[in-house]
Amino acid sequence: MPVRVQREDFDAGAEIARLRSTDPKIGAVAAFIGVARDVNDGETVGTLTLEHYPGMTEHALEQICAQAKERWCIADVLVVHRVGELRPTDQIVLVAVTSSHRGEAFAACEFVMDYLKTEAPFWKKEATAGGARWVDARDSDEQARARWKETNSR
Amino acid sequence: MKVTVLYFARLREALQREQEILDVAPGVTTVAQLRSWLVARGEPWCSAFAEIKRIRAAVDQTMAQDATPLHEGAEVAFFPPVTGG
Repeated sequence: MPVRVQREDFDAGAEIARLRSTDPKIGAVAAFIGVARDVNDGETVGTLTLEHYPGMTEHALEQICAQAKERWCIADVLVVHRVGELRPTDQIVLVAVTSSHRGEAFAACEFVMDYLKTEAPFWKKEATAGGARWVDARDSDEQARARWKETNSR
Repeated sequence: MKVTVLYFARLREALQREQEILDVAPGVTTVAQLRSWLVARGEPWCSAFAEIKRIRAAVDQTMAQDATPLHEGAEVAFFPPVTGG
């Protein structure tokens, strides 16, 4: 159940190959990649700087992955999240889930992302033409997480 | 009781510090009480905690609530809602 926070970019193909190649029971891989956009809330974004809480971040991500493993019959979960200064089109986060069948992998992957968005201590700051600004948390992210409390499946 | 208090993101900038080691007053035994005690110190804590919405807290690197108890040597963090991913 690997979790990594790093400044460097990642190679999703290589990460997924490493996650699944030694387990012949895996029949499905669901992966999500979050990418830095060039426009947010109507303003052009030059750079995006990600701050985190070293130690707690890894701990929070491990707990989210553990919850996913308790909830679905999945083989493994990988989370790689970048910090530091990023530019539009740069990769921010990779979540990959392996399982025997696709349904569990899809659901668990979305669950991990929804919890990461609201529970893992990362903060984004954008540099725009109008100056630097901290990104505000979105209510829609809280709502996305809340729906996992109501139902086990999508 | 001595505690280490960490600040992140917008709150860290508003307070112009990342962390401080504080000997808190007797009677400060929960997250909510620590927050009130910080605000009562005056500026910049007073304005920062008033202006930044929905500040959350962690104790020993686990998300905490107002009633979460503190202990000698605790690591307490205050920060705005998270925005990763």
